[in-house]
Amino acid sequence: MRAAALARNVGHAFGENRLTLAAVAILIVLLTCAGFGHALAPYDPLTTDGAAKLLPPNAAHPFGTDALGRDILSRVIVAARLDIGMAISAVLLSFAAGLALGAAAGYFGGWTDRIIGRLMDTIMAFPLFVLAMGIVAALGNSVLNIILATMIINLPFYCRFARGEVNVRRELGYVEAARMGGNRAVPVLIRHIIPNILPPMMVQASLNMGWAILNAAGLSFIGLGVRPPTPEWGIMVSEGASYIISGEWWTFVFPGAALVLAVFCFNLLGDGLRDLLDPRRRI
Amino acid sequence: MTGQLQIDRLSLVFRTRHGAVRALEDVSLSIERGEILGVVGESGSGKSVLAYAVIGLQDPAAEVLGGRILFGGLDMLAASEQARADVRGRELAMIFQSPRTALNPIRKVGRQIEDILRQHANVSSGELRRHAINALARVRIPDPERRYHAYPFELSGGMCQRVMIAMALACSPFLLIADEPTTGLDVTTQAVIMDLIRDLSRSARMSTLLITHDLGLAGEYCDRIAVMHAGHVVEVASVEKLLDHPAHPYTQQLLGATPTPQSTIEGLTAIPGQLPDLRHDLPACRFSARCARRVAACEERPLPWVSIGPDHLVRCQVPL
Amino acid sequence: MSFVWRRLLGTVPSLIGVVVVTFLLSHALPGDPAAYFAGPAANATSIAQIRAKLGLDRSLPVQFLQYIVDLVHGNLGNSLTTGQPVLTDLIQRLPASIELTFFALAFAVVIAIPMGVWAATRPDSLADHFCRATVSVAAAFPTFFVGLLLVYVFYFLLGVAPEPVGRLNEILYTPPARVTGMYTVDSLISGDWQTFLASLAQLVLPAISLGLFALAPIARITRASMLQALGSDFTRTARAGGLPRSKILVTYAFRNALLPVSNVLGMVFSFLLGSNVLIEQVYGWQGIGAYAVTAVLASDYAAVQGFVLMMAVLYVLLNLLVDLLGTMIDPRVRFES
Ligand SMILES: Nc1ncnc2c1ncn2[C@@H]1O[C@H](COP(=O)(O)OP(=O)(O)O)[C@@H](O)[C@H]1O
Ligand SMILES: [Mg+2]
Repeated sequence: MRAAALARNVGHAFGENRLTLAAVAILIVLLTCAGFGHALAPYDPLTTDGAAKLLPPNAAHPFGTDALGRDILSRVIVAARLDIGMAISAVLLSFAAGLALGAAAGYFGGWTDRIIGRLMDTIMAFPLFVLAMGIVAALGNSVLNIILATMIINLPFYCRFARGEVNVRRELGYVEAARMGGNRAVPVLIRHIIPNILPPMMVQASLNMGWAILNAAGLSFIGLGVRPPTPEWGIMVSEGASYIISGEWWTFVFPGAALVLAVFCFNLLGDGLRDLLDPRRRI
Repeated sequence: MTGQLQIDRLSLVFRTRHGAVRALEDVSLSIERGEILGVVGESGSGKSVLAYAVIGLQDPAAEVLGGRILFGGLDMLAASEQARADVRGRELAMIFQSPRTALNPIRKVGRQIEDILRQHANVSSGELRRHAINALARVRIPDPERRYHAYPFELSGGMCQRVMIAMALACSPFLLIADEPTTGLDVTTQAVIMDLIRDLSRSARMSTLLITHDLGLAGEYCDRIAVMHAGHVVEVASVEKLLDHPAHPYTQQLLGATPTPQSTIEGLTAIPGQLPDLRHDLPACRFSARCARRVAACEERPLPWVSIGPDHLVRCQVPL
Repeated sequence: MSFVWRRLLGTVPSLIGVVVVTFLLSHALPGDPAAYFAGPAANATSIAQIRAKLGLDRSLPVQFLQYIVDLVHGNLGNSLTTGQPVLTDLIQRLPASIELTFFALAFAVVIAIPMGVWAATRPDSLADHFCRATVSVAAAFPTFFVGLLLVYVFYFLLGVAPEPVGRLNEILYTPPARVTGMYTVDSLISGDWQTFLASLAQLVLPAISLGLFALAPIARITRASMLQALGSDFTRTARAGGLPRSKILVTYAFRNALLPVSNVLGMVFSFLLGSNVLIEQVYGWQGIGAYAVTAVLASDYAAVQGFVLMMAVLYVLLNLLVDLLGTMIDPRVRFES
């Protein structure tokens, strides 16, 4: 019965909703770029060519070349690894940390709950991008710290979600029974509670991916983290910005479009997954 | 015989993704001036759909297949939306179940009554407030000047229902439709609200369509009762006849399932089976699958109206 | 009025948290502020001197107390890059950011709310699908990219927008005498229409780029809450009472739908204040966001810290304002105690 309902939802989310399917297909392409970008790119993303500066899109360079004569297509392809990688690592980290903190807060309640709750409220008291800037400024200007900052500002969403879900499930019969049976907290959590809250949290994570990408790219756009020759979408847009006034649009449009595409597809995937899990929320 | 409200062979379906729901079929009813007509049936039998069709607030998915609804002289189904909106609140009013959610939560109840008055009554804006307070006083709300300023969340469920009645009656309508007005209220409040509705309709010679799943309640407050089952009206009669000599097997079962002061829990019988799925092909008599008296003739269309006596009609091939 | 005080008190824990975090960001973390303050040419002794001068050699709690005392006196330290007190710098630039944020918010609200209402009154129509598509697409565009696209299209290609040189093209216009620090307001005060129009023209593109991202959440929540309000029991009552459609839409459905909208405004402000930094960077806007970017890249600690603190305080206050607005709309919140 439940299997049939699930199958129907899968049918709806992927069959009827061709948009989600298209998003998945594009994401596969993007992830392939992230995985094998160097092999796929037609040129080396770092090799400069003084004779081929600021060429508009043409047969040899479909996305044109930048001010140093580097092939923009190759740079956009290779950059996928850094951009998607930063976002995925940040989301995975906040997923894990948020789950642990939230589960502890929801399960133990009392002071644990109050302290963790206050901590999350404090993070949320900042405009999140500003906090991320402050963190990167304090910890040092590196890719690792961008990931860390993005993780911290995403933490409250996962933590609160996990806390709420654990809180509700704690009182359910089978969990109560396991606790009464003398099981200790961590095994009860791992065996009986967390498996049930993983699916909705995964939806949260995929909805969150787009935002994480925007955030990391925003930080590198203002010059934090990633250093210039490294191909990264945010920094490429920022480099291309100087050539708007002279009309060399391809320098910033293609990396920007890659960002939009990635964010859009992750958002669509998140929506699709949410429908899959909870068809009632389809609005 | 021209009643206040006359419903002629009304058929209505909902077009849904999962097929057409035949919610009403050949429903005919009429209400005289000053009369209280009860519409009784299990939940899901189509009572609310009928009420919404009369007032013209049916779901966009609803489609009227045939029939007529005459209110006063107005053909409600043929009239323009503007004409219907003019009638609503002025000549035809409705109150609902769960009064707490039926009132705007962020508007003072007095203002909500004023909204109706401003729309329909010939009242100057300086007088609106006094009229609204009068309307509250009429439904015996204590301290109406203070209650005028109350928000719904500050009032009990019973108070909210009184406010709803005050709103409905603010313009002295000819017909009040009350859809399960006391479901969800406690027993004492239920009696107070029902007494109020009866007294007000008697004193104003207003007709009332009282919709309820409680045959006992209908028996106490109505003049006549129509029994509905799965989108059909199966029996119409005066209260005495219906309660003493039910002619339709379904009415009889409803009576058996209705607690009275004399009955014991053991004496109550549940109605066997359940309402048929209105999306499927249905037999001529939609009750036949649940009926012990079923005969071959029950399959014949059309299902006849049988007159048992004066003002006592039943739709059954083998009435009791 | 007691609910106002309650709300005000409610911001205290947030403010304390904000102060503690900004303190920790610069004093307890791996970077060494003294080394930065000493500059690139410093040696060990001069760094130690600076450390002592800044009080960085004392224990953390003592430093924290000192930090609080400084804050109370409005002392946020001096900026390395400008050499001025950070507070002076920030106050000098704050009006520019507020002006931009306000116009962006106004743009988002003016477009998003009617769009959400429009879609909700015609569910599943073409308009509805259009609204939803716009919302999902807008949510995927990074603000800085939108900013650049708009400059490219409206300045370079079409030539209808002024050159993106910040708040005012100071070659052609002189900034108005400072009263509020917001050029549009100040030029109106001094009655200088030319400057007013010029500064308004400079505002259009940055405000739209910033507002576009805020548009999505507002439109989405307006549509959803409007749909809910239109399907509610009290809307049905209003229709049964024969109230006119406009009355039902505005007084009954829309006012109730505003509650969830005001709740989402907190998140919208978070977006706006954060993205401000990016947009100021794109348009050369002399606000606190651009100031902060320069400071971050120059490792100008005190300036960054002051910026983060000021943004957070601003955000807490904006949330307070939204909260109070929500209380005005909803009597239930006002009376709960
Ligand atoms: N909007 C709708 N769409 C589809 N089916 C509906 C709709 N409204 C009511 N129905 C169906 O019509 C039948 C009668 O419902 P209703 O009139 O609400 O029953 P009740 O007698 O309890 O008031 C039910 O089977 C219900 O499922
Ligand atoms: Mg009903």
